[in-house]
Amino acid sequence: MSEETLTAETTKGVSGGRPTHDEHGHITDFGYVKIFVILAVITAVEVVWSYVNVPSYVFIPILFLMMLVKFYLVAAEFMHLKYDIKLFSMLFVTGLVLAGGVYLIFLSASQIWQSF
Amino acid sequence: MAEAVLDHADAHDAHDAHEGHVHKTNTGMSNNKLAMWVFLGSECLLFGGLISTYLLYRHNIQDGPGPSEEFFDIPFTSASSFVLLMSSLTMVLAHSAAERGDQKRLKIWLLSTALLGSVFVSGQIYEFTVFVREGLGWSTSPFSSAFYALTGFHGVHVTIGIIMLLSTFISTLRGRMHPGNAETVEIVGLYWHFVDIVWVFIFTVIYLAA
Repeated sequence: MSEETLTAETTKGVSGGRPTHDEHGHITDFGYVKIFVILAVITAVEVVWSYVNVPSYVFIPILFLMMLVKFYLVAAEFMHLKYDIKLFSMLFVTGLVLAGGVYLIFLSASQIWQSF
Repeated sequence: MAEAVLDHADAHDAHDAHEGHVHKTNTGMSNNKLAMWVFLGSECLLFGGLISTYLLYRHNIQDGPGPSEEFFDIPFTSASSFVLLMSSLTMVLAHSAAERGDQKRLKIWLLSTALLGSVFVSGQIYEFTVFVREGLGWSTSPFSSAFYALTGFHGVHVTIGIIMLLSTFISTLRGRMHPGNAETVEIVGLYWHFVDIVWVFIFTVIYLAA
């Protein structure tokens, strides 16, 4: 491997002059701090959003979208699902889909959606 | 000849065990990590059930207080959420330090994570006492039972996580943690991040969407 290729690979994921990923493509400590800052900002926006007076058909989807972004960032970056074996992601997603599916059917059978 | 090969294999295994390397498995991946992911997948069903029960009973308040912006202390719970989020950062930094073999930082981050977790649990206990004083007992209404069951189960999970973190910290103090078994820290971290993810969901569904 040439020196140029090596340099290109090791500096992959550089932000503001500091590397966010190491030579294996794993996120660095600085990268983790950046993810945390993003999560903290989203949480702050969520809280502010909860005080905004908008119709529920606008309020709920945007709130849940922010929640899903936080969920993804923690699972993908902090739990390393993005970098780990796909089987681990499949196991976790299977649990989520199974739980989501079963309880959505249960809640629909209980006519829960009328209360929203 | 065969005996010599077996002896060599045994010696290699003993060396691996001493160094803390992950043993080769039939699946080619760590059994411990696989078991933790299967466990976390099953935990989704547990919390899914508790969240669904809460959604089903949240309007059944009988004579007690109900879920509203006035009843929940959103700024206080937001601060708790921020503390738990911060503990996820310290946990991931502990894992990073364990992989580098940085014992000093590993101890600092493990202890910081346990401390932040304790702050979160203390906040939850305080919140529960306030709710009880305001008339929301465990059996006041189906809403209160579902609320305490969901948030209480989460609190128990955080407490178990703190015990796991402190055990890992003690192992580190005894010199049992080295880059070879950084996976132990990773597995504790997976559990801890899962607890954080569940709170991300609870915070949105119970508190912010109230």
